[in-house]
Amino acid sequence: MTLKQAIKSNKFIVTAEMAPPKGVDIEKLLESAEILRGCVDAINVTDNQRAVMRLSSLSFCAKLAEKGHDPILQMTCRDKNALALQSDILGAYVLGIRNILALSGDYPNRGDQRGVKPVFDLDSVQLVDLIKKMDSGTDLAGNKLAGKPNFTIGAVVNPGSDPLEPQLIKLHKKIDAGAEFIQTQVVYDVEGFKKFLKEAKVPPKIKILVGIFPLRSYKMATFVNEQIPGVSVPDKILKRIKNAKDPVEEGLNISVDIIDELKPLCAGVHLMTLNNLQEIPEIIKRSKLA
Amino acid sequence: MIITEQKKLEQILDYLKNAKSVFIVGCGRCATSCETGGEKQVEEMAKKLSAKGKKIPGSVVVEAPCDDRLVSRELKAESGKLREADALLVMSCGAGVQTVADMIEKPVFPALESLFLGRTKRLGKFYEECIMCGDCILDETEGICPVARCSKHLLNGPCGGSHNGKCEVDQKYDCAWYLIFERLKARGKTEQLKKFRKPKDFSKVIRPRKMEYR
Repeated sequence: MTLKQAIKSNKFIVTAEMAPPKGVDIEKLLESAEILRGCVDAINVTDNQRAVMRLSSLSFCAKLAEKGHDPILQMTCRDKNALALQSDILGAYVLGIRNILALSGDYPNRGDQRGVKPVFDLDSVQLVDLIKKMDSGTDLAGNKLAGKPNFTIGAVVNPGSDPLEPQLIKLHKKIDAGAEFIQTQVVYDVEGFKKFLKEAKVPPKIKILVGIFPLRSYKMATFVNEQIPGVSVPDKILKRIKNAKDPVEEGLNISVDIIDELKPLCAGVHLMTLNNLQEIPEIIKRSKLA
Repeated sequence: MIITEQKKLEQILDYLKNAKSVFIVGCGRCATSCETGGEKQVEEMAKKLSAKGKKIPGSVVVEAPCDDRLVSRELKAESGKLREADALLVMSCGAGVQTVADMIEKPVFPALESLFLGRTKRLGKFYEECIMCGDCILDETEGICPVARCSKHLLNGPCGGSHNGKCEVDQKYDCAWYLIFERLKARGKTEQLKKFRKPKDFSKVIRPRKMEYR
């Protein structure tokens, strides 16, 4: 089932995240994606995530599409102006990519190419609007396209950001511009997420996929808690991971518990495992998502 | 005002390595206010260069070294001392350095880095709040500019890295959209945030820009 079909069918949606390699050796990673076949609806491919330079998301998505997966092209506004973004949007379509996730992008000062020029010609709302416009057959300047693409468009939100109201206003702008699915920043604070869902008042046809990132160590948990804006790891979870004999295993258990609690409340999950893809079918099995 | 900071002395000495004699030009406006190129800093620079063995035949603080008319007048008045100089060191923003460089057949070097168009909160506290985009939207954002004050120049609200009013790029920055939101909220106008803002029109700012209205 493709993401588009999954959204239409109202089934519980599962997406997974992959990061392209830093280099040209893609075979192993591509092969490892086989484990996701049949168990996820689509695979996100990150776009120079955290401003660390890697193989382009577009190329890796094309390779996944070639193998019959349904990739979600993550597209940030950080590295390309609207001219380049538009030609990539068209290019993605002819390479068999059918989903795009529009993001602002992390600022280069945190990445591994700190001196590069941040572009930000568009913002994420404008990027959603642009993809929608191209779907309807024109470019940003209003020129007619020779053949139009047809994308399922996604966007992101940080449900833990404080204050939440400006984030929600922006979320609704993304939805109004044409976003059909929303993948959230990683969530550990279940109560906070419930509050977000209640306040967000997103219409049911817009699919909210809660971001799940299994913690792998206490160090990682404190890093996430302290360094990622708007992501808080509740004390209860910090304790669980700190006291665990096998923190990786406990990280999976915590993820499963979060999914169990949020499953009735949202349309799906987005699983991010830092390319430890074998964990994805495991989480799906334990959460009884399949 | 144009905010500047002094380059490192080693850098300046490297520029001047072939000059035995250096004439210094200061700035009576912005660089005076920034304490980077006023009377006092010109004097200090002369001392530092002398200590490194340079001859200083003279110096002048031009009221505005970015103004052709004033530079031309001052350089004429100083022509005797300028004749003795192998090079000029200009303690102003880049506009001043270029104005001086256009008016004299001698090597001209910058002593300052030009940083930004700044607002002065008090002496020594300067903030970039306008990047002169040529397409002002301050009417819509309650007098707080997201183009200048959001690191990503976002026009439709904060990114997901905004938290507790701070910017993800660096916690020392306030999130511009948080400031806008708070001001709109206090005035009962948060509806204004819901407006979709189209991408900026960069055809309005083809560089270099110029204004010739006469």
